[in-house]
Amino acid sequence: MAAPVSERDQLAYISNQAADARVNLEFESEGMTLNMGPQHPATHGTLRILAKLDGERVISCEPMPGYMHRGYEKLCEVRTYPQVTTLVNRIDWLGSFANEVPWILAAEKLMGIEAPPRAQHIRTILFELSRIGNIALFLGDLGIQLGGITVGFYAFRDREHVLNQVEAVTGGRFHPNFDRIGGLKDDLPKGWIAETKAAMVKVQKFCDQVEDLLIGNEIFQARTRGIGIIPPHVAESYGLSGANARGSGIDWDLRRDNCPPGLVYDKCDWTVWTHPDGDSFSRSWIRLQETREAAKIVDQLLDTIPSGAIMAKVPRIIKVPEGEAYVATENPLGEMGYYLVSKGDLNPFRVKIRSASFNNISIVPWLCKGVYVPDVISILASLYFILGDIDR
Amino acid sequence: MSSVDAPPDSPAEAAEPEAPRDAVREALLGRLTEELGSEIVGSHIRVGDDLWVRVTRDAWPSVADIVSRKMKFRFFDFLSGLDWLPSPFGRDMDSQEDITVHGTLPKELPPMASGYAGGDTRFQVFARVYSLTDHIGITFKADLPDDDLSVGTWSTVYAGANWHERECWEMYGFSFNGHPHLKHLYLPGGFEGNPLRKDFPLLARRVKPWPGIIDVEPMPGVADEEGGE
Repeated sequence: MAAPVSERDQLAYISNQAADARVNLEFESEGMTLNMGPQHPATHGTLRILAKLDGERVISCEPMPGYMHRGYEKLCEVRTYPQVTTLVNRIDWLGSFANEVPWILAAEKLMGIEAPPRAQHIRTILFELSRIGNIALFLGDLGIQLGGITVGFYAFRDREHVLNQVEAVTGGRFHPNFDRIGGLKDDLPKGWIAETKAAMVKVQKFCDQVEDLLIGNEIFQARTRGIGIIPPHVAESYGLSGANARGSGIDWDLRRDNCPPGLVYDKCDWTVWTHPDGDSFSRSWIRLQETREAAKIVDQLLDTIPSGAIMAKVPRIIKVPEGEAYVATENPLGEMGYYLVSKGDLNPFRVKIRSASFNNISIVPWLCKGVYVPDVISILASLYFILGDIDR
Repeated sequence: MSSVDAPPDSPAEAAEPEAPRDAVREALLGRLTEELGSEIVGSHIRVGDDLWVRVTRDAWPSVADIVSRKMKFRFFDFLSGLDWLPSPFGRDMDSQEDITVHGTLPKELPPMASGYAGGDTRFQVFARVYSLTDHIGITFKADLPDDDLSVGTWSTVYAGANWHERECWEMYGFSFNGHPHLKHLYLPGGFEGNPLRKDFPLLARRVKPWPGIIDVEPMPGVADEEGGE
């Protein structure tokens, strides 16, 4: 178990890793090969990790995704634009609504239509609710990975408040399939605003509990501080986004810096948190703060929902004009975007899905080189990935 | 926001003065032209939104170098391929219901046409980089001739391109010269074919046609009156 590390040790660790970064070991020398997964509990699904060990140290570590590859980019090409939302719901299945939004925004951009203000507002609220639902589970899972099961139970309990609200609007806890080109499928049910406000209070309380139980915990800090350090320039070149980038001190949030039209983040007051350390702890801490900020955003937006239509006038058969567009939003896991190529048909010609976890996890071979085996678990947990988001 | 499409123009000729201008992206394109000269073979600006630049295949690796080192586009978004061949299998959706809704499908294939910034070949490799200081993204494209689908790697500049190139290699069959570790990422080792190419059939649809649009859900606010709370 790693003790708290001095600054000198941290720098040595970084330089060691940097020196090794370009060397690609081919598993040819002596040593033990450890296979984690595909069914390892630390892998949230079916990520297989092939680690080569020298004693307790990892010499090289190679993630092997693909056990859940569903070929969405190909499947999108034979579906109509509205049908695609059903597919992309299943990419990051903990924050499903957030997957639909950039897709819808990309189609809206090419069609030149915009959702009515009320729809944009509710869209943003649901976006943030799915962020809370997603990251709450991360916080719980982080505890489970490091031996603090209690937080996991709290997370599953309190996430339910948010999922109930999502279900009340959309009818689905996990796969809402609710966003439409030009607006939303339905309006809010009666009494929903008050219930959601109450749920946000519970979310804030949950965050306080996590802070007490986990983030402030001495064992947790010993396991995560100074472990898995990612310097900002490495994070950039790997395309790390979301809390992983902000945990390395990169002050960048697509909601604030490049918010696509169709979401109303500019109408509320919130903070983008960054942490200079770049270690597992900072990534976890950022996500905790993000949950709080998301609850704050939802709370503010609930007060200002404008009245009006929920759906713009769109043709019944949706054909998207010829063109290309890339729209990305700040999803729970990081930057999620769709590069959409349309030929003016009922179905997209080509869809490139830029999912956050794919880039976030591609740093693992670099990051896990030279760490101890138990730290692989805490690093993976703090990088936070959803298998569906890697494999698509 | 409805974005206005500026007509695709080559960097040599000036854009029409009456169209809305995007000074930032034009300056960016000017800077790129300065660095790359005639290696830029096409470009497209959507005002206030995005920039597409098509470069020659030979210049592809040096583009990464220039934009990341000299122009501060250090954030790597993604890299993938494009296949402009119209799908020989149509939409695979011509079930009875679709035919009644949309009429019969045209059987002859439309001519092959490339997207923004143009293109002369069936395959293109494309990638997107982003500037974390200016919050602007650029999409780069490069043509790959059918007889030699290889291009230089970006993974020496952008470490994140490593996995993207592996994916592109197995999905499109492009090879990336200088890539350290070009092996299967998603597909099993002995897989034959390149699934994302347009001439690779989606077998599920060949075996069982899509049921098509059976029930059309009425648009809210159109068929039924405003719900509201």
